[in-house]
Amino acid sequence: MIALELKGITKRFGSIVANEGVDLQLKKGEILALLGENGSGKTTLMNMIAGIYFPDEGHIYVNGEEVVIRSPQDAFKQKIGMIHQHFKLVNVFDATQNIVLGNGKKKFNIKKSVSEVKEISEKYGFHIDPGKKIYDMSVSEKQTVEIIKVLYRGADILILDEPTAVLTPQETDKLFAVLKNMKEDGKSIIIITHKLNEVLEISDRVSVLRKGHYIGTVNTSETTESELTEMMVGKAIDLNIERIESEHVSDRLIVSNINCKNREGVKILENVTFTAKSGEILGIAGIAGSGQRELLESIAGLQKIDTGEITYIDPESGESVNLRDKTPTQIRELGVRLSFVPEDRLGMGLVGNMDIVDNMMLRSYENGKGIFLDRVNPSNLADSVISELEVVTPNSHTPVRRLSGGNVQKVLVGREISSSPKVLMVAYPVRGLDVNSSYLIYGLLNKQKENGTAVIFVGEDLDVLLALCDRIMVINSGKITGIVDARTVKKEDVGLLMTKTFDNDAKEVEDGGSNE
Amino acid sequence: MMFFVFLTSAISMGVTFLYGCVGEIITEKSGHLNLGIPGIMCVGGFGGCLGVSIYMQSLSSPDNANWFLLIIISMFFSVLFSAMFGALYCFLTVTLRANQNVTGLAITTFGVGFTNYFVKNINMANFTKASALISYSPLKGKLGEFGDIFVSHGFFIYFAIVIAIVAALVLNKTRVGLNLRAVGENPATADAAGISVTKYRYIATIIGSMIAGLGGLFYIMDRLGGHWEYVLDIMGWLAIALVIFTLWKPIISIFGSILFGGLYIAGSYITGLSIHQKELFGLLPYVITVIVLIITSVLDSKENQPPAALGLNYFREDR
Repeated sequence: MIALELKGITKRFGSIVANEGVDLQLKKGEILALLGENGSGKTTLMNMIAGIYFPDEGHIYVNGEEVVIRSPQDAFKQKIGMIHQHFKLVNVFDATQNIVLGNGKKKFNIKKSVSEVKEISEKYGFHIDPGKKIYDMSVSEKQTVEIIKVLYRGADILILDEPTAVLTPQETDKLFAVLKNMKEDGKSIIIITHKLNEVLEISDRVSVLRKGHYIGTVNTSETTESELTEMMVGKAIDLNIERIESEHVSDRLIVSNINCKNREGVKILENVTFTAKSGEILGIAGIAGSGQRELLESIAGLQKIDTGEITYIDPESGESVNLRDKTPTQIRELGVRLSFVPEDRLGMGLVGNMDIVDNMMLRSYENGKGIFLDRVNPSNLADSVISELEVVTPNSHTPVRRLSGGNVQKVLVGREISSSPKVLMVAYPVRGLDVNSSYLIYGLLNKQKENGTAVIFVGEDLDVLLALCDRIMVINSGKITGIVDARTVKKEDVGLLMTKTFDNDAKEVEDGGSNE
Repeated sequence: MMFFVFLTSAISMGVTFLYGCVGEIITEKSGHLNLGIPGIMCVGGFGGCLGVSIYMQSLSSPDNANWFLLIIISMFFSVLFSAMFGALYCFLTVTLRANQNVTGLAITTFGVGFTNYFVKNINMANFTKASALISYSPLKGKLGEFGDIFVSHGFFIYFAIVIAIVAALVLNKTRVGLNLRAVGENPATADAAGISVTKYRYIATIIGSMIAGLGGLFYIMDRLGGHWEYVLDIMGWLAIALVIFTLWKPIISIFGSILFGGLYIAGSYITGLSIHQKELFGLLPYVITVIVLIITSVLDSKENQPPAALGLNYFREDR
């Protein structure tokens, strides 16, 4: 029996097609894994089932009947519940208050709700204190609250968006035990994950999306990691990105054995060692959130590192400089530039309410005569960035916030490149850009490489990394799993390095937690 | 005893703050930092006076005034004006997405100016009689000076305490209260849970304004005995300080308001002070509010904090 069926679902955001003609079937009482690279449209597709987005085309059937889902409330009515990657919880409320929030049908009785929450917990094997405040909870406990919230509303179809991304292996095991209990109870579950071993462990069937298209569905028992990787990554599509030959290659930045922890005390980088060379593009491949951001921020001096050294070799004098002791400003003056494009684009690097000229001045406000700012040079720079990178804007005095995402990125990348850096770090510089703009950015990176800059390029599209970079470093859960030659390596091998798991993973994470 | 008289007076002074404070707590719980409260207390006082004036003019003789009708009519006009200003605040911040701080200050400026201009046109004949009726207590003086602390007050003092208790119950014990707090803490979560952020913010802010406005009515018609003074905006700022002092809890605000009232009038009860020294006592409520702020931030308590989304406008497309 089919619990949920999607037929020909298409969703576009402006000119970008997130999903095109996707079909999907979820059987009653099964766990279906949804697999795909970043940006393959998995979350978008699930959001359409959960009522966050509304599909442009296509039909959704629940238990064989066609339904229209326009809001999360409509989804609840169809007994569909989604557990989002970013939890939606009120911090100062306790678990029970969060669970009953907004659920207007039942009579308001906290005591009765507490016992209902306990009932649900016992039934599926959760461990939760209904009176515990959210701000006292670990990530895994918060996730438990989210799942119970969905069950409390009577969901029969549960969608979990990368639930294990934030969990330790032990917590993951617990979650999987709960999911199996729910499955036995007749619930149908879709789980989005990048981790192939988890897919093989928990799911009954696997559906694969690639670049918004539905590729196929296989039975988990009849498939292997490599088959899934091939489905997910697909055959290489020749992008014809120019890769110029490296010249004057010499060591520019030597990173050795750096370790660092995030605010929760979880190890985020572990023994990372590599060398970035001048006149070379070093690609960094990895699943989102594997430590790429922290790595770049460590080099830029924004993230405190616990142990390890970062050495910068000055191209003119040949001197070695230890970046560990330098402030971010000093590091920037050495010519190490970070152009990080975060998910919210404007969060880091640009100020949304300021115009393009003012944003250029964020890097040059210290220049100028006496107490007055130099506005002429930044203004010229803004105009040249606008014309060279074809930024679509009325003029250089438009607030950056009003520009489209792609144009915002051009301003950011353009500003960093303009300072003729010695080391240029870019993260997801083409995210959300159309093909034309993407190639413009690739061209800019190549030009930097030609000038002898050491370029570090964090990307999400393996095809691009393979075509553009000289070497590719693969990062996986904060560890470097391999540095390969982009000219000779096969895409499948990079994919395997990205998703490979370590046998000693569990032990190491435990150690990391107890150090706190 | 002097102290009993002082306490009785402190309670009636404090109730002015209590109205403003409870109104602002309800508003802030929805995530609206309504700095228009001082202006709204002014227009609430203005509306109340207008209601009293209309009623007293309609009578053939001021001695025929009916206690119940006088209170109902003055309350009706008071909440009518303060609700209009509250609604204006919501329209600007929720519908037009204007900055809350700027809007609040504009409402205060507008409310004070509006009141000071139009209040001159109100016929305040017979206001002393009306005030005596409004502050009437059948038990006054019958239980001695100690008893007067509790029973000598007019209707609006007991009404304020009832409102504070009801507000506490609604906020902490009902679904509406839970939803309202969720809107003020995390509007995106509330929205996803099916709660209308717009509706809750409009209603909470308008109800809060209506309550705050009654403080203006009470102060002029009860505390001051029907004589208009241009001081209601000061009461409003103290009420906002009281919100912080009471850590957004209506029950604490009952006692906090008495403390504020006592400090505000203490100068007049201490003999041998110059006028300037007396003025200094009026400063004390602000000083202890600052101290409470320092203590709560040092303790770093997660509970006794302003609503997390206070002062932030919410629109879904921003996610």
